[in-house]
Amino acid sequence: MNQTSATARPASIEFGPTVYHVSRGSHGEAVEISDFDLWYGAKQALFSISMGVEAGLVTALIGPSGCGKSTLLRCLNRMNDLIDGLRIRGRISVAGQDLYAPAADVIAIRKQMGMVFQKPNPFPMTIFENVAYPLRVDGIRHRAMIAETVERSLRGAALWDEVKDRLHESALGLSGGQQQRLCIARAIAGTPEVLLMDEPCSALDPIATAKIEELIDELRGQFTIVIVTHNMQQAARVSDNVAFMYLGRLIEYGDTDTVFTAPKNERTQDYVTGRFG
Amino acid sequence: MNTAPAASLPESARDANASLRRAISETRRRNAGKVRLAGLQGAGEPWQWCLGGALALGILMVLGLLLLVFWNGLVTFWPRPIEQVRLHDGTVVAGEPVRSQTFRPGQEVLAALDPAPRSGIERNDGMAARTLYRTGNYDLYGDDFRWLPDYEIAEVSRPWDLMLVERMEWGVFVGRIVAISSGGQRAPVGDVRSPDLIKRHEEARRRWQSIRALERGEIGAVNHRLEQERLRLRRASLANPEGGTALDAARQRFAEREAALKAQHQVLADRASGMRRAHEGDLVVLADAAGREKEMPLGAIVRFYPANDLSLAERLGVYLSRWGEFLLDEPREANTEGGVMPAIFGTFAMTLLLVLVVTPFGVITALYLREYARQGRLVSIVRISVNNLAGVPSIVYGVFGLGFFAYILGGSIDQIFFPERLPNPTYGTGGLLWASLTLALLTVPVVIVATEEALAAVPRSMREGSLACGASKWQTIRNIVLPRAMPGIMTGVILAMARGAGEVAPLMLVGVVKLAPELPIDGYFPFVHLERSFMHLGFHIFDVGFQSRNSEAGKPMVFVTTLLLIALIFAMNVSAILLRNRLKRRFQGSQF
Ligand SMILES: Nc1ncnc2c1ncn2[C@@H]1O[C@H](COP(=O)(O)OP(=O)(O)OP(=O)(O)O)[C@@H](O)[C@H]1O
Ligand SMILES: [Mg+2]
Repeated sequence: MNQTSATARPASIEFGPTVYHVSRGSHGEAVEISDFDLWYGAKQALFSISMGVEAGLVTALIGPSGCGKSTLLRCLNRMNDLIDGLRIRGRISVAGQDLYAPAADVIAIRKQMGMVFQKPNPFPMTIFENVAYPLRVDGIRHRAMIAETVERSLRGAALWDEVKDRLHESALGLSGGQQQRLCIARAIAGTPEVLLMDEPCSALDPIATAKIEELIDELRGQFTIVIVTHNMQQAARVSDNVAFMYLGRLIEYGDTDTVFTAPKNERTQDYVTGRFG
Repeated sequence: MNTAPAASLPESARDANASLRRAISETRRRNAGKVRLAGLQGAGEPWQWCLGGALALGILMVLGLLLLVFWNGLVTFWPRPIEQVRLHDGTVVAGEPVRSQTFRPGQEVLAALDPAPRSGIERNDGMAARTLYRTGNYDLYGDDFRWLPDYEIAEVSRPWDLMLVERMEWGVFVGRIVAISSGGQRAPVGDVRSPDLIKRHEEARRRWQSIRALERGEIGAVNHRLEQERLRLRRASLANPEGGTALDAARQRFAEREAALKAQHQVLADRASGMRRAHEGDLVVLADAAGREKEMPLGAIVRFYPANDLSLAERLGVYLSRWGEFLLDEPREANTEGGVMPAIFGTFAMTLLLVLVVTPFGVITALYLREYARQGRLVSIVRISVNNLAGVPSIVYGVFGLGFFAYILGGSIDQIFFPERLPNPTYGTGGLLWASLTLALLTVPVVIVATEEALAAVPRSMREGSLACGASKWQTIRNIVLPRAMPGIMTGVILAMARGAGEVAPLMLVGVVKLAPELPIDGYFPFVHLERSFMHLGFHIFDVGFQSRNSEAGKPMVFVTTLLLIALIFAMNVSAILLRNRLKRRFQGSQF
């Protein structure tokens, strides 16, 4: 593990350099990942990833299982800090600030980067309290403000009409799809700049999935969204840009149409056409 | 990933698969004959029957014990008939029959017998029957119980006018109420339910109660204030040099106060002694079955009833009034009679205090171990040590509690805060606080282990969800982890409570006494006196059953007190479990 430079570089030799297409952005980059490596103990999971996430757009991370999509996503809000023996090298910056700078405030970073998980994880509280949680954590006591934020977030997550009469019932009584939308509402209640979603639909049925996709479409423009998905159609439907990863490397990155219709790398081609994965 | 059909496998691979399958089935066949135990386990039946039988036996034994305690505890206070027994030698004895058994009379006893009963015994392989009577009248005969062999008994009857009289002293009296006498005038009592007798008895009881209230309440208060003044003077003399003006002033003040208080005391004491004279002049004349008379104050009788002449309703009345006395009154007669209210209170207070101490202590320790400490060898060692602490004999904790809490900690507290009371210890001896702390130490491993497990069981996704919202570690623990873990923590606390409430051995060293003069809570500042020694139901059982003058007299009390202890622990556990279930319902809804 001490010969990191020796193991990191040949990656590009084996798989060829990352293919970058023109991305669809026009507002500049919200997140800038440059030459990022990551090790779980002795095992390297990410190999010199470099990409910029366009502000206000939806960027999808695709790739076969175990290729490091979740790992990369969880680096964006430093969720990986909880793991023992994790080492990183390189730079991720959000709005020009280095996430992994020694002086960086992890809590402030996480407030900037909302996150939605694979399995809905509502807290065992009322629906209202779930959405109000990011505000409570900030120490906000102002009732009217909390109520307003909760309503705005629930409307934003297209859940308001379904739950407005049962705000003070347990969130655990909601259906899976509703729970996931509640988690989205919770994530946007903290007014983040970036929304990170790790396979948000993989535990849901097609109808609930369609609702979430619709919702992502509505949130486009308000937030920068990074979404991990296994579903090619979903990636094609919701994303503006796509990054294809393979064995910890970023293979191809660019606007969705180009990556899906005219991929340069053979592995990307195989994957998006469903030939492997 | 690549799930191509088997047909497309190369020839060599198919051969390898087939030979592997052959080898496995070969091994299975060989083992089937050899490993008999595995075969039995596979079939399962005999082992299941053994285990099931053992379990059933265990449950039956526990149920049997509970039933025994329950039944004996419940019937203890039921008034039983009194038999009057005339013996062959003409003696008349009366008492409640308690139980019968067969025994082998000695040779010299047999030799002294008449031929008829002797041949009866010999036909019976030398065995005879005898009955234990609760005869009471300890003051007349020096005995509460008496075995009467069948061959001595000439006649047994149940006269309607025999009374069972429960007294403040000397135990029960079995006999008749002959007369009441006051001021030298003796008025015979003809009827067992004479309204005059009942009315006079109630008056006398009220008088006795007001004497007690006066002595405990008002005279007690004056004594308390006098003691406070004395302590204040002593404090002044410790703080100020001899001959200084401050000390003189304190002495002066003390003299004034003392005089005033003593005068007050005198007035009250006069009133009390006047009432006492009235109490002692209001007499009742009792006579036992043989006609021996005994005079005593009417007010010293707790209750009396004609045991052979009771209707069911009256029996029930006696039964309930005895339960009431048991639950609400103080003990008398070296704990074998009266109530156990101080012991109930002591047990309850100690358990409550124990829970209040052990919960935060155990939870904080577990939180540190599980959430904050760096998981490594040191934490493992700490964890193993904590687990092993649960196996240390409880008496060791008692010794530690006495040495560390009472003598070292309490001794220092006395030196610093209560120097004026020395050499009398205040905190420097066993007491409620030290007993609770000792038991908290004893039970804290249970809470730590349960809490750690509950914390570990909180899903990672919950923590991550909270952290992703920008919550700090402590906010996550407080808002998400602890509420989720609460039912598990409560389980640990319940277990700790059950263990602590039933523990007696260490308590005998750190503050439980046979008879505590005062409750740990009273009307004098600071109202809660955690330094006081206290009574405990578990110790009460030990004391009544095995330390009293007559174990036969204590036996029923052992059962009732055991019943009560079980009921108390049961009630506390049930309420804790209900609380836990409410929490559980709040935190665990349907997932999808
Ligand atoms: N906590 C961890 N410790 C060690 N290795 C890990 C850890 N988490 C992930 N890995 C490894 O890192 C690699 C990337 O994992 P990651 O979870 O990022 O994959 P993924 O692309 O999200 O896969 P999936 O699509 O199945 O979710 C995998 O090889 C995985 O085994
Ligand atoms: Mg993943």
